[in-house]
Amino acid sequence: MSDGRILPVIHQVGAALKAKGLPVTRLRAWHVLFPLWLILAGATAHAASDPAAPGILSVLLRWSPLLLRGFVFNIVISLLSMLLGTILGLWLGLCLVSQHSVIRAPALAATEFFRNAPWLVLLFFVTFMLPFQMEIGHFTIPFPGWIKAVLGLALAIMANVAEIVRGAVQSIHPGQWEASEALGFTRSQQMWRIILPQCIKRMIPPWMNLYAIVTMSTTLASIIGVNEVVTLASQVQAAEGGRTDLLAPIYGYVLLLFFIYSYPISVWTRRLERKYATR
Amino acid sequence: MTRRGDDQPTGWTPDQPIVHIQDLHKAFGEVEVLKGVSLDVAKGEVICIIGPSGSGKSTLIRCVNALTPFQSGTVKLMGIDVGDPALDKLRLRKHVGMVFQQYNLFPHRTALQNVMMAPLYVLKRPKAEVEAQAYALLKKVRLEGREHAYPGEMSGGQQQRVAIARSLAMQPDVMLFDEVTAALDPETVKEVLVTIRELAQEGMTCLLVTHEMGFAREVANHIYFTDRGVIVEHGPPDQFFRNPSDPRTKAFLNQVL
Amino acid sequence: MSGFASFFQHLAASGIDLPYFYDSFDAARFWGGLLLTIELSVVTIAASTLIGIIGAWMQASRAGIARAIANAYVELFRNTPPLVQIYFFYFGMSTLLPTVQNAYGQQLPLLGGFAWAALSLSLYAGSFNVEIFRSGIEAIPNATSEAAEALGFTRMKAYQHIILPLAIRICLPALTNNLVNLIKTTTLAYAIAVPELLYVSGQIWSDRGNVPEMMVTLLVIYLILVGILVAFMRGLERALKKPGLGT
Repeated sequence: MSDGRILPVIHQVGAALKAKGLPVTRLRAWHVLFPLWLILAGATAHAASDPAAPGILSVLLRWSPLLLRGFVFNIVISLLSMLLGTILGLWLGLCLVSQHSVIRAPALAATEFFRNAPWLVLLFFVTFMLPFQMEIGHFTIPFPGWIKAVLGLALAIMANVAEIVRGAVQSIHPGQWEASEALGFTRSQQMWRIILPQCIKRMIPPWMNLYAIVTMSTTLASIIGVNEVVTLASQVQAAEGGRTDLLAPIYGYVLLLFFIYSYPISVWTRRLERKYATR
Repeated sequence: MTRRGDDQPTGWTPDQPIVHIQDLHKAFGEVEVLKGVSLDVAKGEVICIIGPSGSGKSTLIRCVNALTPFQSGTVKLMGIDVGDPALDKLRLRKHVGMVFQQYNLFPHRTALQNVMMAPLYVLKRPKAEVEAQAYALLKKVRLEGREHAYPGEMSGGQQQRVAIARSLAMQPDVMLFDEVTAALDPETVKEVLVTIRELAQEGMTCLLVTHEMGFAREVANHIYFTDRGVIVEHGPPDQFFRNPSDPRTKAFLNQVL
Repeated sequence: MSGFASFFQHLAASGIDLPYFYDSFDAARFWGGLLLTIELSVVTIAASTLIGIIGAWMQASRAGIARAIANAYVELFRNTPPLVQIYFFYFGMSTLLPTVQNAYGQQLPLLGGFAWAALSLSLYAGSFNVEIFRSGIEAIPNATSEAAEALGFTRMKAYQHIILPLAIRICLPALTNNLVNLIKTTTLAYAIAVPELLYVSGQIWSDRGNVPEMMVTLLVIYLILVGILVAFMRGLERALKKPGLGT
């Protein structure tokens, strides 16, 4: 990574904050480049806009609470679908490494099927296939759009987690299988006491990478009518009279929200990857 | 001899060979690795199998504890027919332990836990008893004080001794050693060999595949030389090393000694 | 009507409606959509691979500014949603470009939906490719690049003749994975009304109500497309294989 010391004073401030124990990373050139990009987006919009209309920044500020609430909704969808998808994926992954081909073959088919399907198609699939509500006995379970989004994403996540599990299990040294077999462990004991505990560490970085992709994919829910941040962004633009000069800034704002959430996670993931690689 | 009341009588008595191998054939796909090997090991005997790489030594002992299946021949351990397709592998492995070249310790568990895991989960013995035995075994292999260290924190020689203790925890009647010092630094080889020698002196039946000629000469009751899937020559150490009869044996010994 | 088409018409009557086999209008738009998806995939695969190569080269540059730009680009596009990137380009940036006049005197935007989708997706996938190529380049031992330098290769020539060929072989699996994802991501063009496969399928199922059939068709076609790409990449891997090199 580059050693960008744009201004010595920024470097000193950073060092001071770091000394106080705050998680300050080294100043990189892109830290300055990114706001520059934002300013560019804003400036171009401003250049295209009608000087009499209210300023872009004030519009964004006014609508921030709504947009932020929408963004939180995206996060909630990402967390729920990740939870569901991971649980299903762990189970499917175990089926993938089963010794019995009667379990392994359908698991393989399911994994390939859901992994190779575009996520938007899966979302449409779930949207159209699931009824808009389900009646079981006396209870009516509603399936609002966001639940369908969660389910659709969970299917995609399930297949990817299964692959991660399979990859991790296959990467365990065969000596572990041999030694435990020689000691008399059954297959199930080998899996749960010896192999899987060693798999957990190596599954975490790819799993976290998957979460990053899932977070981005929650925006697909806007296409199936869920009121998340992207839908809200276009509604805000419409509410402001459909100003075309507002389009770049408002989508830029949404990009910024995702960036602020996702970048620290990706830094953390890379740190974990390095840590686990040096075993 | 039955043990812990769980074995059906096999008709084996201590005067018979504890390991009986007859005309063993093993092929990996097209390549035949063992071409009719026969040997008998008496209880309490220490035998060393030596030979060039690829001669089938490791495959041979892995057939003894059913880690590797074989095509034809007879392998019996304490009367248990290892070649039986319906073999109860757990029953077999209660009587034979194996130590590997790469130690294969479980890296996510401490030394003590490694030694405790099999008797606890496989044999389902009470925890207090298993723990006491584990401490005793680690003391026996001279790792007292290192019980709570992880394999990653130990040297190769220490890990290998933990591996030996781990196999001993199952209270086997026969111990198999597959080139257990080949992956170790020369300094640590000695500590492992000393441990094995003590085991042998206590009367444990040992089958060792090894390159350590000096050790073989000192500890073994009988040496077997394999080359290209057959046992070329065998005999007690002094006779074997001083007066090898077969030219292949002479050639091999000239190279390694 | 041909026997082929009439078979499917009968099939439709009994419940499985595949209109792209028997109806000429639906067939035209469906297969046109598939063609567009393939075109979009090919263009974005080529462009993003090129971006990946250039970006990885910039990341390894001695000039701090080149590294900064490459890193900024990668972080930006990897940590933001591709859908919003498409919207930003298509809705946001297109208003900035000049318009052209068509034959009827109408003002049309300079770049259509397909072009913006191709641009946006290429930049998105390109950012992942930069990281993939970087890890491939980093896996090459320093000794190799030092040897090249000692022999008098300039950085550019060393990159072209030594570093890149080795790096590509190393990162082929990860690259395959990313390109597979790219094919799947072309469906995002739906959102800006590019008549690719998903879009036209949506039109067909809203006209005819045969959602399950179209869904299964889509899933099968994408499975096939991905399968073709994977087979191609595996063939590439075999063709590039040198004895003793790699796994």
